[in-house]
Amino acid sequence: MNHPPIPANPERSWLPLADTATPDAGTLAADVIDDGHDHDQHGHDQHGHGDHGADHGDGHAHATSTGLSNNKMAMWVFLGSECLLFGGLISTYMLYRGRHEGAPTPNQLYNIPLTSVSSFVLLMSSLTMVLAVTAAQRKDERNTSVWLTVTALLGATFVGAQVFEFTEFYKEGLGFTTNLFGSSFYTLTGFHGVHVTVGIIMLMSVVGMLKRSKIPGDKAEVVELVGLYWHFVDIVWIIIFTLVYLIPA
Amino acid sequence: MSLDIDYDDAPVKEHKHGLTDKGYVGIAVLLAVLTALEVMLTEIDLPGGVFMALLLFLMVMKFLIVVSYFMHLKFDNKIFTYLFYSGLILALGVYIAALAAFHFFSGG
Repeated sequence: MNHPPIPANPERSWLPLADTATPDAGTLAADVIDDGHDHDQHGHDQHGHGDHGADHGDGHAHATSTGLSNNKMAMWVFLGSECLLFGGLISTYMLYRGRHEGAPTPNQLYNIPLTSVSSFVLLMSSLTMVLAVTAAQRKDERNTSVWLTVTALLGATFVGAQVFEFTEFYKEGLGFTTNLFGSSFYTLTGFHGVHVTVGIIMLMSVVGMLKRSKIPGDKAEVVELVGLYWHFVDIVWIIIFTLVYLIPA
Repeated sequence: MSLDIDYDDAPVKEHKHGLTDKGYVGIAVLLAVLTALEVMLTEIDLPGGVFMALLLFLMVMKFLIVVSYFMHLKFDNKIFTYLFYSGLILALGVYIAALAAFHFFSGG
């Protein structure tokens, strides 16, 4: 049976056009529906949540075997694995915090007021992040962008304070290779700072993509996933602030 | 096999409930207060064991509040809770064992 040719979908230009001359084309044509998505023989969309195009920005979960968003599941699994990363760095620091030969001790170096303020800044960035998520769920794109930008600015303030702290410590005589305390401290807080920086890049990327309407499907979920990452970075700092700065060596 | 799959009817087990914006602001204020308490504890002359216990308690409270409310775990499907906490508990177990191997808890 010959099937009519399927017009090319400009959004999916790699999708082969149905060729009525070849026997397999009928099967291909039968699997391709008007929205340009490629379905396997069982009619399942091979693409994840959010790929249905502009009509599906309503937050409905895609048909997965768990009934949950695969993207969200993946983010939580990733965050679980990040616990292992930071667990290793924190426990290494705890082991080596007393090895500060040839340099000032942690208690002499740490500026608790400055670190308290930067901790507060990061906590408030978590608030602005969750406000961005609720704005995205209300489909309020303007406020979503505003709160995302504020979150990024607060995060940048935190990173700035960290950089200032590192330079002060270096001036006081604590370098990365000075002693085991220095190595473990800079590695732990440096990794955290890099995570915050990556989070800032993600936030500003989402702001840019929102402005250019480059986010297909569920915009709220994209903002929520970035939010999960950001909050995780915050809870890691909650632990670092207490174990590294507040508990005396 | 029919291709007319209505994805809107797919079972959605996620819950979109959560706090209002005011509620989140309240949570943030609570977190700020807990942080201030932590800092205040360092200025008070407390016995070592009491100081550590209070500090760790406040740290865990802040952690749980952010995870439950800001990360929405309290309102979401339990599978996410199991995924995250299994990774966390595994990490805790591994690194407590590692620290014990280095005699961290016995002061060696």
